[in-house]
Amino acid sequence: MGVFDPLKGFGVTFSTMFKKVVTEQYPEDYRPTAARYHGRHQLNRHPDGLEKCVGCELCAWACPADAIFVEGGDNTEDARFSPGERYGADYQINYLRCIGCGLCIEACPTRSLTMTNFYELADDDRQRLIFTKEDLLAPLLPGMEQPPHAMRLGENEQDYYVNGPELARKAGEVAQ
Amino acid sequence: MGLEEKLPNGILLASVEKLVNWTRKSSLWPATFGLACCAIEMMTTGAPRYDLARFGMEVFRASPRQADLMIVAGRVTNKMAPVLRQIYDQMPEPRWVLAMGVCASSGGMFNNYAVVQGVDHVVPVDMYLPGCPPRPEMLIDAILKIHQKIMDEPLGPKRAALLAESGHRTELLPSSVRYAKAGKLDKFQGPRDPRTAASPLVVGPAAAHQAKQIEAGE
Repeated sequence: MGVFDPLKGFGVTFSTMFKKVVTEQYPEDYRPTAARYHGRHQLNRHPDGLEKCVGCELCAWACPADAIFVEGGDNTEDARFSPGERYGADYQINYLRCIGCGLCIEACPTRSLTMTNFYELADDDRQRLIFTKEDLLAPLLPGMEQPPHAMRLGENEQDYYVNGPELARKAGEVAQ
Repeated sequence: MGLEEKLPNGILLASVEKLVNWTRKSSLWPATFGLACCAIEMMTTGAPRYDLARFGMEVFRASPRQADLMIVAGRVTNKMAPVLRQIYDQMPEPRWVLAMGVCASSGGMFNNYAVVQGVDHVVPVDMYLPGCPPRPEMLIDAILKIHQKIMDEPLGPKRAALLAESGHRTELLPSSVRYAKAGKLDKFQGPRDPRTAASPLVVGPAAAHQAKQIEAGE
């Protein structure tokens, strides 16, 4: 116990005045999340607008919280939503159950389901927090066309996946 | 509640309603009701980095009689449910409930006999906040959405009847969009919710362009 101890103590308090402020001004100043943050889901499309989802339900099986509901449907020549035989006719994610673990993303065989960084999901209505296919589908980019339509980028399903990277690069050039 | 019920409609009280709602939302005191891991995130929100004091609510009251907002943070077991209800009953009106995290909102991944499948079985919930656990920004976003609801709240039964008749519903925009500064919106790099914002969800440089379009439209 020295005479100057109280002064030393106040010195600590005083010196914080010159420290950098750590507070984030969240609603006014939006800081981006980490690039691979597990936010809201998105159902992706092929470069011509066809859906990537094939309605296999592997995401629903992988989900530990039973938050995902999928119902597959058959593509016909008149109404084609995805390359190949099947597409996801009904797709729902219940955000009141989803824990954002990302197991559905790992399970998806076509990279149809991915996660975005959007997280401001709070709502006052339970019904509105069950996202349906319309809410989850990725928006149509330039060069895309609203399904149902015929396969534009290949003869069959194989072409879409084998030439996938090349098609995506071309679509990027169109968009720019 | 008192005087305002005896006055004729439309006189004086439109502004008083706004003033009362403004005072209520500007010092919303939460009750401490941390039950599980969400409580850790709730504490972070109160700490300097996110600083709930910016919204006049840094004091988490240990006594429900001093609190307006109950943040149910975590899973509620059947054994805890009566306690939750009692704390809610002890809070003075007006009071609000925020179900933080998926467990409080719907039971989340704990779909079993021990856990209440959503606190709306026990108390009326004003805001559901998904996430496991939600990050502090998400909690702040939910609180700011509750603020918006409080600002629309009617004063007295006459106004309540009027609002109910018109089918009024508070529009809940993402907070980073609603409170964005005019100059800063074009630097906004985050994704948007296509359901509430006018624009589709775009990430990266295209988002800046889109933000400009939104700004021009509003």
